[in-house]
Formats: sequence, C-alpha cells, structure tokens
Amino acid sequence: MENSNKKEVRLMKGNEALAEAAIRAGIKAYFGYPITPQSEILEYFTEQAPKRNFTVLQAESEVASINMIYGAAGAGARVMTSSSSPGVSLMQEGISYIATAELPCLIVNITRGGPGLGTIQPSQGDYFQSVKGGGHGDYKLIVLAPSSVQEMADFVFEGFKLAEKYRNPALILADGALGQMMEKLVLPEEGSLPHVTPDWATIGKTKDRERNVITSLHIQPEKMEAVNHHLQEKYKAMEQEVRFEEYFMDDAEIVFVAFGLSARICQKAVDIVREKGIKAGLIRPITLFPFPKQRIADAAQNAAGFMVVEMNAGQMVEDVQLAVNGKCPVYFKGRMGGMIPTPEEIAVELEAKFIHHEEEV
Amino acid sequence: MEANILDNLEVVYQKPETLTDTPFHYCPGCGHGVAHRVIMEVVEELGIQDQTIGVAPVGCSVFAYHYMNVDMQEAAHGRASAAATGIKRVLPDKYVFSYQGDGDLAAIGTAETIHTVNRGENILMVFVNNAIYGMTGGQMAPTSLCGQVTSTSPYGREATQIGFPLKITELIAQLPGAYFVARHAVHTPNAVRKLKKALKSAFEYQKLNKGTCFIEIVSNCPSGWKMNPLDSQKWIEENMFPMYPLGDIKVPGKSTTPSTENN
Ligand SMILES: Cc1ncc(C[n+]2csc(CCOP(=O)(O)OP(=O)(O)O)c2C)c(N)n1
Repeated sequence: MENSNKKEVRLMKGNEALAEAAIRAGIKAYFGYPITPQSEILEYFTEQAPKRNFTVLQAESEVASINMIYGAAGAGARVMTSSSSPGVSLMQEGISYIATAELPCLIVNITRGGPGLGTIQPSQGDYFQSVKGGGHGDYKLIVLAPSSVQEMADFVFEGFKLAEKYRNPALILADGALGQMMEKLVLPEEGSLPHVTPDWATIGKTKDRERNVITSLHIQPEKMEAVNHHLQEKYKAMEQEVRFEEYFMDDAEIVFVAFGLSARICQKAVDIVREKGIKAGLIRPITLFPFPKQRIADAAQNAAGFMVVEMNAGQMVEDVQLAVNGKCPVYFKGRMGGMIPTPEEIAVELEAKFIHHEEEV
Repeated sequence: MEANILDNLEVVYQKPETLTDTPFHYCPGCGHGVAHRVIMEVVEELGIQDQTIGVAPVGCSVFAYHYMNVDMQEAAHGRASAAATGIKRVLPDKYVFSYQGDGDLAAIGTAETIHTVNRGENILMVFVNNAIYGMTGGQMAPTSLCGQVTSTSPYGREATQIGFPLKITELIAQLPGAYFVARHAVHTPNAVRKLKKALKSAFEYQKLNKGTCFIEIVSNCPSGWKMNPLDSQKWIEENMFPMYPLGDIKVPGKSTTPSTENN
C-alpha cells in the first residue's frame, strides 16, 4: 500500500523543479517572456496550466511581464515571473514600482554571462543588480540564492512566504547551471502554503470600505520621505530573516565566502585544501539581502583571511569587505563571461595567496 | 419668514457617488475631468462600483485615483494595459478599465497597447488624445498634428523628420482581438452623451468575453496648446476632427471598414 506521507522524490532540471514548486505553492498566475537559460520555466507552466488551475501568459516582453505582475499582485494574487539577465534588466522600472507600492511577488533571475547580450552560459554577474536596488530609488528585494535543485524548489515557498510577510518582492537569484542541471529532489507538498487575499488588494470597492489604491506616487516630498522611512524600517526588520550555511567553520583559519553554484564548488575546494592540512572553511550566504554580515564580522575576529569566490568580476566581495572591516585580508577569485571556476583552480588560488603569499600583479 | 428656497428645488443633476469629493486638479477647460465623470457615471448607472478596477496612467491623469471612487492602480508610464491584463487575468469576473493619454498609450506603451488588444483582453481601454504631452509641459505627442507647434516641435511638426500623426485607434481596429472600437469627444454636451452611450456598451460587453473595447476620446489641452478653453474647443473641431473623425470604427457584428484617409 502507498504510504500517504511518502516523500515525492523526483529527478528534475532546476528550472522545472522551480516551476513545479510554484504550482504546488498555489500560484494564481505566471507572466513571462522566453530567454535562455530559463525558458523551461515558461514551457513547463504553459504545459501544466490547463490541468492545474492557474493562469500562464507569454507576454510581449519582460517590460509587459513585470507590469502584469504589478497588476495581478495589486489585485491580491500570488504571482511570479522569471527571466534571465537582459530580461531582468528590462524589468527594473517595474520592480522599483512594485517595491514602492509594496506588492508581494516572486521574481526569478536565472543569470547568464554579461554584460550586454553576453552569453547563455551561467554567471553571477547580477549580484549588484539584485541586492543594491537594480532599478531607481532606494528599495530592497529579498534575495534568495539556491545552490541545488532542491533549493530551486524550496526557495519558491520561502520566497513567497517572505514576500507576503513583508509585502515586498522576493527574488530568486540562481545561475544558468542551476537552472539546467538535473538532480534528485523532494518536491514540496501541494497546498501547504495557504494564501488569503490581503485587505489592501484592488478587487472591487464594496460599500463598507474606502477604495483601495495601489500606487508608488507621492508627489509631496514630505510624504515621499515618510514612505521612504517606512520602507527603510521594513528593510531593517527584514534583517532578522538572514540565512546562511557553514562548512568546516569550527576551526577554520581561512574563510571562503561564496553563494549559489560557487559555494558548491568552494565546498570541494575546502575538501582539497583540508587534505593538505590547510584549515579552510566556507560561509555560504543563502539570503543575499539580508546579507550575513554579522556572521562574517564574527569570523573575521579570528581568521587569517578571506577568499571570496564568484562567477563575476567581484561583486559580493565588496559586501564581505564591508563586514570584515579591515580586520584581515580579503582576496577574490572570479571567473566571468559564463566560465565556471574549478575546485582545483580555487585551491591553487588559495594556496597562492595564503601559503605562498603571492600578491596580485 | 419665507421658506428655504432650496426646499422647492428638484435635483436634476449631481455628482455620482462613484466620484470622490476631491476637486479636480485639471487646468480650466481640460477634457480629462469630463472624461472621468462620464466613465464614473456609467459605473454608477450600471451598479458595478464594487466590481470595477481602474488603472491610471502616467500623464496628467496620473491622479485619476484621487477622483474615481473605485479600486484603482497607478501603472508605470505606458504599461496601464499590461497592469490591467494582470488584474483581469486573476479577476476574470470583474470589470477592468485602463485610462491613458496619447504619450502613454501610443508612444512608450505602443507594444503593450497592440498586444493587449491582439490578445483580446476583456478590458476597456480609454484613450484620451489631446495631441500633446500635457503633464511634462507641452511636448510633441505621437498624435500631434503636422505643423503643430509644441515645446519640442517649435517650428511645427515636420512629418519627414518625425513621422505623421499616429492613428493608433484605426490601427488596433484591424486586430481580431478588438471587439468594439470608437472615437468620441467631450467638447459639447451632445458629444458627451454619445461618449457615455459608447462607454456603457463597452462596460457591458466585458461580460461577453469577446475581446477588447477601445474608446478614444479626442480632447484638448488649453495649457499645452496655449489657448483659452473656448478657442481650444474650436481648434478641436477645425484641426483634430479632420485627422481624427468621430464615430464607430469597429462595431460588434459588423465587418471592419477602417478609415483609409490620412490627411
Ligand atoms: C519611463 C518614463 N518616461 C518618461 C516619463 C515622463 N512623462 C510623464 S507623463 C509623460 C507624457 C504624458 O503625456 P500623455 O500620455 O499624452 O498624457 P497627458 O499628460 O497629455 O494627459 C511623460 C513623457 C515618465 N514618467 N516615465
């Protein structure tokens, strides 16, 4: 007999796991535009929508998608969109409006190498765009960085939970490799994330209440400043949601900091150098905003130094430097343009900096 | 003592409940206020205030939600029909309308306009064409007339440089997704009556799920045109109507005969 509590284990592509999780999270609608390496998300939704009671719409552009999200989220529905780097750039004006109007929703960026049209290969080059605003004005997204297919699914639930708790857009920042690779995962349970239509939603003004208005416009500067103060207080409160993971940090003297795919590669690099007797460890930020700055600051008290590994020219390294605050050296190892570093080359870099004390040329 | 003279008066006209008490901020003589009122009268008469969601644009009517007493969203410049699509897709049983100026709908938002109608979204799009960018201080619009002087066409609109006035309403009437397309005005009481009739049909058609209803309102901008309100009404008749003739452009059940003139 089938055990009803049996976990549903599947072998899936990251993009498909994410889409399946979103359906199980009860999305009401998805709006998106094709772009590699994330088109499977839209394809999966278009295939499933008629059978599973949600709306999917292939929009005419990412500009349209994000503004459809604005409308649908403003109408109180649980909705999401996804894209890859150039498409997410196009969405930035809309994301700024959504953040200011405080509409919960989920945005997914399966990042590819840039700048420009770049390459379809994986990258982490959109870190700054994701955590420092991206669009105009002072706003923050809740940013989650999965590093496995399991987390591609889990963070959809996490993202919606946090987005709805704070009335704020959440962003899943993954890279093309996580979107494309297949792994075993346990699928989240359908219907386990209840949703109630919020009282601020524009669903039709009944006699017993004032009209609801979704806007990001506050023409009086005093009012706009008050809105900004409110948002900043909210972003402060979000700091308590910080999430990170550690690997061999108990006795670590040299600390890797890496997120997403880079963190998985760094785990392997830790194993390699540990075999040589080098006490390395890894801090992996799971939330990129809020950033685990306190954990990094604590680690800096006793560490010989840090090595930040990213698939970009050095973006998160700036936040690590801020947290380390000059307590010890912070080195950077990066690959760009869709190239993925190997554990071996990271290990060599670590030895060069910390054992052979080679300086940058 | 005489009885209060108001006691003997009969109410023949009043503000609908679907308008708030906030005084319009529009310039004297501007058509936006009349357009707002007519739409809201229709919402009241149809008894659908509790089922109607409006989307305001970026433009002079950005604050439409200050006046229209229904649930409203304020969309990014040009994206009102995308936001309206998002609303309608998750609330298919509600009445959804967008309200946009010519810069919003026919310049920066052209792609959204065309694709919203092409999908036949079951919404009403109200398009206020005043042939100028009112909000930003009177720059040239896609619908500005040839020779029209604006702050960015100081020598008059020159078609060889910047193209002809865009008759987007005729354009979208070609799309199978368009169900009802008409052009009206608010410059005379009679024009307002006709507009109201068209708006009423357009709201009612939403229940049929047959496609997009699109109503252009040819309007004025006394401030942007640098005219007094009366002269601006005359200018509409003499200059706007030859280019933007009033009437039905696509009527349910009748074959499309879009205007081919391009004077
Ligand atoms: C992305 C973006 N670009 C430009 C603007 C500036 N802007 C605001 S309203 C407007 C034009 C409005 O003209 P129209 O749509 O014709 O409406 P009207 O004010 O005449 O009613 C422009 C260019 C903006 N707010 N956002």
